[in-house]
Amino acid sequence: MTRSNGQPPAPPPEAPDAPDAGADVLGIEIDCLLEAVFRRWGYDFRNYSRAHVRRRLLHRMELSGMPSIPAMMHHALTEREFFGSLLAALSINVTEMFRDPPFYRALREEIVPRLRTWPFVKIWHAGCATGEEVYSMAIVLREAGLEGRARIYATDFNPEALRQARDGIYPLDAIRNYTRNYQAAGGEASFSDYYTARYDSALLDRALREHVVFSEHNLVTDGVFGEMHLIFCRNVLIYFNAQLQARALDLFHDSLCPGGFLCLGTKESMQFCGHPQAFEQVLPGQKIFRRKLAHGMPEGAEP
Amino acid sequence: MSPRRLRAVVMGASAGGLEALARVLGALKADFPLPIAVVQHVSPVADGSIPALLDDRCRIRVKEADEKEPLQPGTAYFAPANYHLLVEQDATLSLSTEARVCFARPSVDVLFQSAAVAFGPALAGVVLTGGNEDGSQGLAAIARAGGLTIVQAPETATAPEMPRAALAATPVDHVLPLEDIGPLLARMAHDHD
Repeated sequence: MTRSNGQPPAPPPEAPDAPDAGADVLGIEIDCLLEAVFRRWGYDFRNYSRAHVRRRLLHRMELSGMPSIPAMMHHALTEREFFGSLLAALSINVTEMFRDPPFYRALREEIVPRLRTWPFVKIWHAGCATGEEVYSMAIVLREAGLEGRARIYATDFNPEALRQARDGIYPLDAIRNYTRNYQAAGGEASFSDYYTARYDSALLDRALREHVVFSEHNLVTDGVFGEMHLIFCRNVLIYFNAQLQARALDLFHDSLCPGGFLCLGTKESMQFCGHPQAFEQVLPGQKIFRRKLAHGMPEGAEP
Repeated sequence: MSPRRLRAVVMGASAGGLEALARVLGALKADFPLPIAVVQHVSPVADGSIPALLDDRCRIRVKEADEKEPLQPGTAYFAPANYHLLVEQDATLSLSTEARVCFARPSVDVLFQSAAVAFGPALAGVVLTGGNEDGSQGLAAIARAGGLTIVQAPETATAPEMPRAALAATPVDHVLPLEDIGPLLARMAHDHD
């Protein structure tokens, strides 16, 4: 019962029958915009997942009322503020406290006991966005009694997201979901102990920040970050192409001390890692990897 | 129908989608020559059991989509719970945690719009049962790019809102009951091989 609605499948105004059918003009314009942003401001989105970048830029174009990508490029080259809005559009800040509770339960039960074996614990939270998962980790450390001998380095390329992370103020209506996540992740205290509600906002306990250092760092262009025992980079690599994922994973390899842990997002993998033999997966079903003590050293042969 | 060579199929479903997808995907033979990317709305904490269940009931392969996975013929890729699924121009899959679209993550519109860019006229888009408007903008994008558009006949859908919204948003090529959608895809896919 194929039903015709009276119209042929309408050729789009910009596509088929034109002489340059198949030329992805918008794609070329986006390439040029990303090149311009890199050369003007040093932020390099050229190796981001292209479907994602295209979607975000078109969304930004619609919101800003600009007629075209080249028009946006002109403003991005000449106005710091407009460039800031592009940076925000290309930075995904959608996150939650205790996102993926089974991951946090595994962290609490399997990884924290191993962190205890170190006298001091350095943690790098790469791509921390607005900080929800940084505070989640700070809570896990406090409940494990490790807060006093741990330091969290929380980094992001987006200064505005970092400012929000430092503030630690989240919408009160998100807190109900965070409370559920916290409990599902094995939290034993009352989650309301960790925040003060004020109007429609929740202000997280200031003391949680005492062992956190927030700073700008760009996984695309910046270098190694200390001798870390634990690196979080969750739901960041999905926005990178294979080449850029390989670069970031290299950076994590070089930033981890032997025996240190790397935590990726639930759907992320080490498939583009340049030295996969240097890592082992700690638990089936969780994207938690451990940098081996030394190549070829048998499991358990710790000094 | 003008001759066309399809390279991929995208499908979107919400309420009642599991049965509808079982019907449509179940009608395809193991040698179905195209990849299929699917968004079925699920709860953010769903455990990924739907693709496993459908894999048991279908002759084509059904799996949850992995990040940067290349699309293969005869395989249906389901968006994971709480992630958007996008198609890249090199026919690989991407995931995203960006905000909900049409109150949904995964969103049908996000998948369809990205696939329309990647495959243009070589794409078939299918909107199935659902109680919201997700997919209508995406199907319109597929139509604008010259792709093949198929909508489940609303009166045959468990929830007619999603097919109705798609029909209101764009002219479509075929409005069909479930049992005719799989066979049509099979015919279209094998034409011009």
